[in-house]
Amino acid sequence: MTVMTDSATTVADSRPTRRRKPLGTRAYKVFRVVALILVVLFLLAPLFWMLLASLKTNVDIYDTGKAFVFSPTFENYANVLQRNNYFVFIVNSFWVAFVSTALSIVLGVPAAYAMSRFSMHRSALVVLMARVIPGVSLLVPWYYVFSNLRMVGKFEVLILSHMFVALPLIVYIMMSYFDSLPLELEESAEVDGLTPIGAFRLITLPLAVSGIATAGILSFIFSWNNFMFALVLSGAKTKTLPVAIFDFVSYASIDWGGLMAAATVVTIPIMIIALFTQKYIVSGLTAGATKG
Amino acid sequence: MSVMNPPRSARTRRAGGPAGAGGSFSAWANRHRKWLFAAPAMIFVGVLIIFPLAWTVYLSLTDSQGSVRAATEFVGLKNYLTVLGDMERFWPAVGRTLAFTGVALAFEVMLGMGVALLLWRPFRGEKWVRVAILLPLVATPVAVGMMWRLIFDPNIGFVNQLLGMVGIPPQPWLSGQDTALGTTIFMDVWQWTPMVVLILLAGLTSLSDEPDEAARVDGANAFQRFFYITLPLMMPTVIVAILLRGIDALKTFDILYATKGKGGGSFHEVETLNVYAYGLSFDYNQYGLSSAVLILFFMIIIGSMWLLTMRKKAVSK
Repeated sequence: MTVMTDSATTVADSRPTRRRKPLGTRAYKVFRVVALILVVLFLLAPLFWMLLASLKTNVDIYDTGKAFVFSPTFENYANVLQRNNYFVFIVNSFWVAFVSTALSIVLGVPAAYAMSRFSMHRSALVVLMARVIPGVSLLVPWYYVFSNLRMVGKFEVLILSHMFVALPLIVYIMMSYFDSLPLELEESAEVDGLTPIGAFRLITLPLAVSGIATAGILSFIFSWNNFMFALVLSGAKTKTLPVAIFDFVSYASIDWGGLMAAATVVTIPIMIIALFTQKYIVSGLTAGATKG
Repeated sequence: MSVMNPPRSARTRRAGGPAGAGGSFSAWANRHRKWLFAAPAMIFVGVLIIFPLAWTVYLSLTDSQGSVRAATEFVGLKNYLTVLGDMERFWPAVGRTLAFTGVALAFEVMLGMGVALLLWRPFRGEKWVRVAILLPLVATPVAVGMMWRLIFDPNIGFVNQLLGMVGIPPQPWLSGQDTALGTTIFMDVWQWTPMVVLILLAGLTSLSDEPDEAARVDGANAFQRFFYITLPLMMPTVIVAILLRGIDALKTFDILYATKGKGGGSFHEVETLNVYAYGLSFDYNQYGLSSAVLILFFMIIIGSMWLLTMRKKAVSK
């Protein structure tokens, strides 16, 4: 959208001493501010609407005159948390996301290290295949095997299936991270008498902490948000939040206030995590994107 | 992931030397660390993919239905012929999958490029815009689907209220047979344009300023500089963004199932291949048929990825 800049004025503006390029004409500046405000509104308004509706009674939700002016109530939240047992689902979601992320880090970080250092492209491709395959094609065989083992509805199976999402993500992010770490430190550590594994453990791993944090946070988010695997493989006791929300609408008429409260309860924890770890999430999502 | 220096591996492999200090197990572990490190993850993924995938291929050749445990008969390519001749569910689902992915990606890449360019140079309040970009991206898709259900509700939804203010009659959105797919595409664009923005912004920031500066000195206007300098340089990153987003868009399930339920609505108006295959497997227990659909679906995904990778190689040269 730099199209608005007029060439003549831009050239005139740019003095050789200035390092940063001039932003262009006043018209472009105004356009940019307006455009950015519109973008922010477009992205945040729906979430804000969801939050508002979660604080309304169903009568107020149906009253279009009370779109923004109403007396807020926390009744929907009380209902969702107490009557519908959402505390249990929150704990389930957290547990599944946490354990599957932790196990995927234990398996994935050394694997990514080996694949990066030894250029194991084909092996990396096998792990990354997991990101490409449609989940449904794995669910039928999994369901068969796990129901024969009487394990469907148990945490183990759910965690296993979520690791399947988390592991490729962690390997992918950590590979591009290890690629960018200089090898010299490890080499000098080995010259100083450390074994290669020792050098990995004492030198590389501490340096990779921020990479591991990135991969771990993203994998936690993906696991928290995962719907399809839990829809098939979770049971009454292991139901995660996305499935619980989905069940909310299977009843005859939709309790909009409750549904929006439930939707808010699912998204708020993950958004808070995202706000505090913004830098990591951005670097994880764009990992490997700008390389050749 | 593809670029690595060969000298690196050569030098580390030799470094097994000083391992003698830690006894024979340690020496062995250090010598074989390549596979010691990589094998657990690969075995995990291998067992969970290769076996199920082989099974899916096998199931697609049988008449398995009802219960996966029920006796099945080998029927050869019959399921594939049934599916490929199915003009009512399969081909429309293929069309919807490609339309959903194509239209959503087109909007996401164009809007994403626009927003990335707006964010490219530093400005005051940048932090807040970045937060706004991050939030849709991390929101749980099922919850997002429910949120849009309320906003697009024909009677009480905010969108129709807004339209009413400017005199446009209420639209059916998700409940309309012709408007449902478009509405779900809109939802996808809302949630995933930020992802494209982040990827393209990372690309823009890593560009060297020099070509742009040189063109500016030569008198090129901003429009020309974007189309003749920035865009060609950004093409590899654009294709990476399309690749990453495309894989997920083809497989979109959560928002479709959350907003329209089984079978993609009563007229299958948002039934994509993934929703169709899921329904065949878990709502109707037609395992043989669904496996055939899945294998074909998988081939479509691999095919489109291959085409994009070829394209990327062409533009990277």
